Amino acid sequence: MMKNTPIEKIASATPDNVARHIRGLSDRSIAWIFVAPTIFLLLAINIFPLIWTVWLSFTNSRVNRPNRDVDWVGLRNYERILTDSDIWNTMQATAHFLIWTIVLQVLIGFMLAFLINKKFKGNDLWTTIIVFPMMLSPAVVGNFWTFLYQPQIGLFNYVIAFFTGADPASFSMIGDVHLAPWAIVIADTWMWTPFVMLICLAGLRSIPGSIYEAAECDRASKWRQFWTITVPMVLPFLMLAVLFRGIENFKMFDLVVQLTGGGPGNTTTLTSIDLKREAFEKWRTGYSSAYAVILFVTVFGLASIYVKALNKVKER
Amino acid sequence: MSFSVTEPNKGTKWFAGVLVVGYALVTIAPLLWIIATGFKSPADSIAYPPKVVFEPSMEGYVNLFTERTRATEDMLEAAGEPETWYEEIARDQGTVISGPSRYGERFLNSVVIGFGSTALCMILGTAAAYAFSRFRVPLKDDLLFFILSTRMMPPIAVAIPIFLMFRNLGLNDTHLGMILLYTGVNLSLSVWLLKGFIDEIPIEYEEAALIDGYTRFQAFYKVVLPQAATGIASTAIFCLIFAWNEYAFAVLLTSGTAQTAPPFIPTIIGVGGKDWPAVAAGATIFLVPVMVFTILLRKHLLRGITFGAVRK
Repeated sequence: MMKNTPIEKIASATPDNVARHIRGLSDRSIAWIFVAPTIFLLLAINIFPLIWTVWLSFTNSRVNRPNRDVDWVGLRNYERILTDSDIWNTMQATAHFLIWTIVLQVLIGFMLAFLINKKFKGNDLWTTIIVFPMMLSPAVVGNFWTFLYQPQIGLFNYVIAFFTGADPASFSMIGDVHLAPWAIVIADTWMWTPFVMLICLAGLRSIPGSIYEAAECDRASKWRQFWTITVPMVLPFLMLAVLFRGIENFKMFDLVVQLTGGGPGNTTTLTSIDLKREAFEKWRTGYSSAYAVILFVTVFGLASIYVKALNKVKER
Repeated sequence: MSFSVTEPNKGTKWFAGVLVVGYALVTIAPLLWIIATGFKSPADSIAYPPKVVFEPSMEGYVNLFTERTRATEDMLEAAGEPETWYEEIARDQGTVISGPSRYGERFLNSVVIGFGSTALCMILGTAAAYAFSRFRVPLKDDLLFFILSTRMMPPIAVAIPIFLMFRNLGLNDTHLGMILLYTGVNLSLSVWLLKGFIDEIPIEYEEAALIDGYTRFQAFYKVVLPQAATGIASTAIFCLIFAWNEYAFAVLLTSGTAQTAPPFIPTIIGVGGKDWPAVAAGATIFLVPVMVFTILLRKHLLRGITFGAVRK
C-alpha cells in the first residue's frame, strides 16, 4: 500500500478494529460527522446570539455594569424606541441613503452592463477594472474618501470645481448638513455600482440570441426589442441585485462610519451607526437589543414581501 | 465571419467601448490617487492644486512602519550619520526613529485571522457541503433561507451577545476568537457555494469509485475533492476577502492583541495633523492583495457575490 499522503498514513496507523468500524460507517453517520461541526458553529455564532439578543431586549441589562441586577421589563424597550422621534430621523436618513444608492446604482449599473454586452474588444479587462472598488475594505475606502472630499486639497472638490467653476474651498462634502447625505451616496455608488452591473450582465448574457433574430424577422424596431425583450428578461436579475443592495445598505456601517461618523449633527446617522452608539457607547444593552430586533424584523419582513414579488416576476 | 443580427456593428462597439473605458478611468482614479498619495511627501499630498506629477518619496511608507520622535539639531548631530535609507528619510524630517509602528503587527493579525478562518471554513464547509449535496440531511431546503436571514442581521446587532459570550469564554481580543467568529459568519455562505460546485460533479464518478472498492472517505478525498478544486479555491478567496475587509466586528471586539488592519488604518496620525501619505501607504499595502485576488477570481465573481443565486 502506498503511504505518501497524510490521510493514508493516518489510515494505516489506525488500529484494525477501529478502521473496520470506520469503514463500516453508514452513509447516514458519515453525513452527520460531516455536517455536525458546521451546524455547531452556526448555532454558536449565528443562532445563539440571536436568541440572546431577543432575551436581552426584554430586560434593562447594561453590560458595563455586571454587578447590577438584570430586571425583566417586558415590552418597555420596544415602546420607548417606537415613540422616540430621534429614531424616526435616523430611519429617514437611512431611507434617503437606501433609495438614492439603489436608484443610481441600478441606472448606472444597467447602462454599463448594456454597453459591455456590446462585446467590444477588451471588454473583459475593463470589466475587471470596474469591479475593483466593490472588493475593497469599506472602512479603508471610507477613510480615504474623507481625503478626496477635503475642501480645497481634495481630488473630488478639485474636479467638481474644475467643471463648475466654483471655489474648491467653498464647500465641504462631509462638513455640510445638506451635502453630507450625498457624500455617502456618492461613495457607496462608486463602490457598489459594479455589483449591479455584474448581475445585469449575467442577465443580458442569459438572453438567447435567437429571440432577437425572431424579433428581427418580425421587423420589430431596436427600441421595441429593448423594451419587450431585453428589459423583461433582465428584470428578475435586476430585482435580485436590488434585494442584495437593499439588505446590505440597510445595515450599512463601516463605509459611512469612517466617512462621516454619522455627522454633521445626525444627518448621516444611519440605523447601524445609531445602534452602535446605543450599544457600545451608551451601553444601553437591553434597549439596543430591542432596537436590533426591530431592525431585523423590518428587513426580514420587507425582504420576504420582496422575494414573493421577485418569484412572481420570475414565473412570468 | 457570418452575418448575425445579434452581433453589434462596428460603430456601436466603438461607442460602447469609449463610454465603458471612460467610466472605468473615472472609477479607477480614486484608487490610483490612493496609490500615488502613498509615494508623495506630506507637503505634496496636501498641495493645491492637487499634484499629479510629483517627486516620489518613501516618507509615507517610512512613517507608516516606524514610530518617530522629534529631535533637536543637537540630538540629530549627536546621533551621528544615519545607517539606513529609512533612517535618513526620518532625519530629513527632523525626527529619529524610536521603534517600529504597530502597523506591521496589525497587518500580520489580518493575515493570521484571514487565513486561519478561511482554512477552518474550507475544512468544515467542504465536508458539510458534500453531505448536503450527496446525502439526505434534515434542514437541507432551509439552508438558503437561513443564509439570507443571517445576513439580514446588522453585525452590530449580534455583536452585543457575541461580545458577552466572548467575554465569558475569555475570547475577547484574541486571534482564536476572531478566527471562530469569521468562520461562523462565512460558513453558511461557503457551504452554500460549495454545495453548488459539488452538485455539478456527476455522482457517477463516485459510484464508480465505490464499486472499485473505495470507501466513502476515499471517494470523497480522491474523486470529489480534485474535481471541486476550482470551486473550493474561489470560495476560499471569497472567505478570505470577507475576513480581510471586515470592520464592524473587528472594531468592537478587538482593541490590542488581535486588532486587524481595517480598524487601525484610519487611526494613523502624524505630527500635527493627519499623515495622509502614511494612511495612503497603509491602505495601498492592504488593498493591493485584494485587487490581485479579484483578478484571479474574475470568472466566479458573480456566483460568490450573489451567494450562488446567479451562476454564469
